[in-house]
Amino acid sequence: MINARFFNRSELIGFLALAVLLFVILPLSLDIFRLNLVAKYLTYAFVGIGLVICWGYGGILSLGQGVFFGLGGYCMAMYLKLEASSVENTKIQSTPGIPDFMDWNQLTALPFFWKPFHSFPLTLVAILLVPGIFALIIGAAMFKRRVGGVYFAIITQAIAAILTILIIGQQGYTGGVNGITDLRTLHGWDIRTDHAKFILYFVEVVLLFACVIAAQFIRLTKLGRILVAMREQEDRVRFSGYSVANFKIFAFCAAAIFAAIGGAMFTLEVGFMSPSFVGIVPSIEMVIYTAVGGRMSIFGAVWGSLLVNFAKTSLSESFPQLWLFGLGALFIAVVLAFPNGLSGIWADYVQPRVDRLFGSRKSGWNDNSVADGAPAE
Amino acid sequence: MFGDYSLGDLGAIFAMQGFAGLILFSVYVLMALGLAIIFGQMGVINMAHGEFMILGAYVTWMTSNAVQQFAPWLFPGYFFIAMTLAFIASGALGMLVEWAMIRHLYKRPLDTLLATWGLSLILQQAYRSVFGAREVGVELPEWMMGSWQATDSIQIPINGMFVMALTILITIAVAYVLFWSSWGKQVRAVVQNRVMAGAVGINTEKVDRYTFGLGCGIAGVAGSAFTMIGSTGPTAGQLYIVDTFLVVVFGGAASLFGTIASAFSISQTQSTLEFFLSGSMAKVITLLTIVAILMVRPQGLFALKVRK
Repeated sequence: MINARFFNRSELIGFLALAVLLFVILPLSLDIFRLNLVAKYLTYAFVGIGLVICWGYGGILSLGQGVFFGLGGYCMAMYLKLEASSVENTKIQSTPGIPDFMDWNQLTALPFFWKPFHSFPLTLVAILLVPGIFALIIGAAMFKRRVGGVYFAIITQAIAAILTILIIGQQGYTGGVNGITDLRTLHGWDIRTDHAKFILYFVEVVLLFACVIAAQFIRLTKLGRILVAMREQEDRVRFSGYSVANFKIFAFCAAAIFAAIGGAMFTLEVGFMSPSFVGIVPSIEMVIYTAVGGRMSIFGAVWGSLLVNFAKTSLSESFPQLWLFGLGALFIAVVLAFPNGLSGIWADYVQPRVDRLFGSRKSGWNDNSVADGAPAE
Repeated sequence: MFGDYSLGDLGAIFAMQGFAGLILFSVYVLMALGLAIIFGQMGVINMAHGEFMILGAYVTWMTSNAVQQFAPWLFPGYFFIAMTLAFIASGALGMLVEWAMIRHLYKRPLDTLLATWGLSLILQQAYRSVFGAREVGVELPEWMMGSWQATDSIQIPINGMFVMALTILITIAVAYVLFWSSWGKQVRAVVQNRVMAGAVGINTEKVDRYTFGLGCGIAGVAGSAFTMIGSTGPTAGQLYIVDTFLVVVFGGAASLFGTIASAFSISQTQSTLEFFLSGSMAKVITLLTIVAILMVRPQGLFALKVRK
C-alpha cells in the first residue's frame, strides 16, 4: 500500500534541495580535498539512513552499526589489498603475492576466507551478504527470544567490542590495529588520483540517493507502518497476528546493509580501513549523527552526518580540546531538548514560518538550513 | 594447551591466576554494584559510570598528594579518608546529574544511554584538561606493599587482598542498606510500583535522587580501590564500562546476588584463559560466551520473577 505520491510536497523540496546541494553546489564550490572530506562524511549518512529505519521507525537501538560499517569496509579493503599485492608488487617479500602485513606476521599462504576476494563480483556480493547474514544471525537469535530495547543495545555494543578486539588481536589475518592500508586500484583503476576521487564522489552520491529512495519506500509501505506500530505497542501488533520478530529482523538487516554500503564507500574514498571505525566509540558516534539530524527523518540523517562531521573537522582542527565538550553537550542537548533533532526543529519552528512567508502554495528553502519534510511522529 | 605443565605447576597457575581473577572480580563487583543499583533498580543506563569511577580515583590521588604534603603522619591511613571523599564527590556529582538530566528521561531508557554517553565525553575531556592526559598512580603506604608467600610457588599481593576485603565489606553494606534499612525498603517500593509508592507517602523523586547518588558514590569508591592496583587515566573508565554492563545484564539486572555471581564467573574465566591464550583472545572468548549465553537466556542468570 503505497501512498498516492511517493514524496509529499515538503519531502520533495527536501529531496531536491539535497540533490542540488550534493550534485551541483558542493562539487562546483569545493576543491578536491574538501570534496573528498564531504564524501567521507556522506559514508556515515548511509549508516544514518539505516538507523532511521531501524531505530527511528522500528525502535531498535543498535549500538553496533560500526560492525556492519566495518564489515562492508573490510570486504572492499580485502579486495583492494589483494589487487595491490600482486606477485610483481610484492616480490621483495618472503612470500610474494600475499598482503604485506601477512608477510610481516610470518604467514606463508593466503587464509581461506581471503580467497573469494580475488574476484570483483564476489566482493560486491560479499559487501552486501556478509553484513546482511551476520545481522540476520544476531537479529534472529535476539528477536526470536524477544530480547529488545536496552538489552539489545548493550549486546550489540558488546559485539562491536568483540569484533574490534578480534581484529586487533589477529594481526596476521586482519592487519591488526593499523587496519588494511596502502590500497591502490579498483579493478585496475587507480583510486588515488583526483579524477578518480571526483568520480567516486558522484558514484557515492548516486548510491546515497538510491538508499534514500529505498528507505523512503520502506517507510511508506505497510512495512513502515508496522514498524511504527511495533515501536509504539509491540504486544498489540503481535496479538494482531504479525510476526514481530521477523519485522524487527528485517529492519535490523536493512540497516546493516545500508551501513555496509557506507563502509565499502568509505574504504574507496579514504583509501584504508581500520578497527578504529568498527568499535564502540565510532558506533555511538554514528548514532549521534542520526540523533542530531533527527531519528525520524531520512534526510535529517544525511544532514546530521554532514553537519556534525563538518563541525567535528573544523572544531578539532582549531580547538582540539573543545571538540569533545561540544560533542558531549550537543548530544545531551539533542536528547533532552530536541528528541527529533534538526528535522524536528525544522518541522516545528522553521517550516510554519516559511509557509507563512511564501503563502501556503509555495515553499522556500535555502541550502544551508535543514531541508526535510518528515513530520515528527 | 595443558601439555607442557606438570600437575603441581598447573595447580599453582590456577591458584595465582585465580587470585588475579579475584582482583578483577573485585573491580567488576565494585563497578557493577553501583550499576546494578542504577540500571537494575531504576532502569537508567549510565554510560558515564566509568567516569564516576575515575572521579573517585582522581580524588584518591589528590588526597594522597595532599596528605603526603601536609600531614605525613596520616599517610598509612589516608586511604580511608580518600575513600570517604571519593564517595561524597562521586555521589554529589551523581545527584547533580540526576537533578539536571536523568530525571527528565526516566520514561525513555534508551535516551538515558545517549545522554549519559555525552556526559561521559564531557567528563573525560574535563579530566584531560584538569589532570593531563598522562596516567597518574598513587603511592601506596608501606603496609600495603609486598606480598604474602602462601607456598613456594604461590605469592599473593597484599594490596590485592586489601581490595578484596574492601569489596566484601562494601557488598555487605550495600546489601544491608538495600534490603534491611527503611530507606532501602522505600527504594524497592518505588522500583516495584512508583505510583503506589507515591500514594503511600514516599517521596519518589527524593528516593530516585539518592538512589542514583548512592550508585555513583559506590562507583567513586570503586575508583578509589582501583588506584590500589593500577594507574588512572582520563579514559580508563571507558575500558571497563562495556564489561561491567555485561556483568550486570548477565547476572540478571535486578538481582544483586546475580551480579556478584556473574562478576565472579566472568573474571575467573577471563583470567584463567589469559594464561593459556593471548589476552585479546581470552577476552574475545569470554565475551562471546556471555553473549551466546545471553541469547539463550536473555533474562540473565538470576532473574527476578515479576508479573508485567
